[in-house]
Amino acid sequence: MRKAVTAIVLIALLITLVAMILPLTFGSPLMSDMDDYFIRFGQEQTGNNNECTAVVFDYRGFDTIGESTVLFTAVIGTGLMFRRLFGGEEVEDE
Amino acid sequence: MSKLVRFAADILYPVVLIFGLYIVAHGHITPGGGFQGGAVIATGVALVIVAYSYKEVIGWIGKGGLMAREVIGLMGFIGVALFAFLFGMPFFYNYLAGQGGLFGVPVAFGPNPGELNTGGTVPLMNFAVGIEVWGGLSLVILYLLSGLIEKKDQEEEGS
Amino acid sequence: MLWNLPFIAVVVITMIGLVTILLKKNLIKVMLGINILQSAANLFLISLGYREGGIAPIFTLAPSTHMVLPTPQALCLTSIVIGLATSALMLSFAVIIHKKYGTVDLDKIRRLQG
Repeated sequence: MRKAVTAIVLIALLITLVAMILPLTFGSPLMSDMDDYFIRFGQEQTGNNNECTAVVFDYRGFDTIGESTVLFTAVIGTGLMFRRLFGGEEVEDE
Repeated sequence: MSKLVRFAADILYPVVLIFGLYIVAHGHITPGGGFQGGAVIATGVALVIVAYSYKEVIGWIGKGGLMAREVIGLMGFIGVALFAFLFGMPFFYNYLAGQGGLFGVPVAFGPNPGELNTGGTVPLMNFAVGIEVWGGLSLVILYLLSGLIEKKDQEEEGS
Repeated sequence: MLWNLPFIAVVVITMIGLVTILLKKNLIKVMLGINILQSAANLFLISLGYREGGIAPIFTLAPSTHMVLPTPQALCLTSIVIGLATSALMLSFAVIIHKKYGTVDLDKIRRLQG
């Protein structure tokens, strides 16, 4: 019973994914107005030859600030779990 | 590990460090950037940890250095973005690009050989993020390793 | 259908990841499934941004200015770093769970189910 339900769910997901990719064509993006603007004016506005860096650090800087914060929070969380050997005090919360 | 591996790690660690800093510093004209360069430097730290034992490495690196690097990187990144308020510009405005001076050589549209003194605030943010990723990834490696060693010690005590 | 090969690869990798997440009982293998799913998402974004005959969006000594879209690549960079953070957290949880329960088999960790 459980295996049958799992198989049905997986087949439904497969059909959904195939239906999602059917209208797409590789090599011709549907909308590229924003990226054409970045490629055309990115050098004059930000002075970067590397447009990816221009998008990451200038046009979409808020994304990067969230990304840095996520990385920082993950490191802090990992440290909270393993603080006992890495210089932290002994905390027993059993 | 053996003496040969330690010697190779001693030679390779500065090379990896310089290569990572090169990727960070040239992030605005060649492929690369802060995250990638920081990851390369963290790979060098992982190489040293593999070559030597965990207890030796933890004596050299220290507790606070990597965490300080991480915090300074994140605060520097937000600080560079906040400096735009002093110029009366919105948050994350590129106030250095095209002004002349530091990182401010104007660039025209089209392919060019690449000039290091361009990019505005982007190279500064690259450096800040590179330092942050350096500290963060090294800290993650060290934390996971410390957890595994703690577990091994407990098993030895229990058996 | 050869020109849609990256999208077919996206479907295949997504299904591999979902099957791994749904059917495997080992915690580490579930984590690997999540990472495979994330790789599929990255490949989908990159494939969406490809333009026929385009080069990487870097102007240093570029042979032309016909370039692929830069925004999906930038967002993939964000996605990769966040995936690394979640991988570190999941590995930490796996180590803690193995320390508490002595196993990473999801069926044997009965105490987690309440």
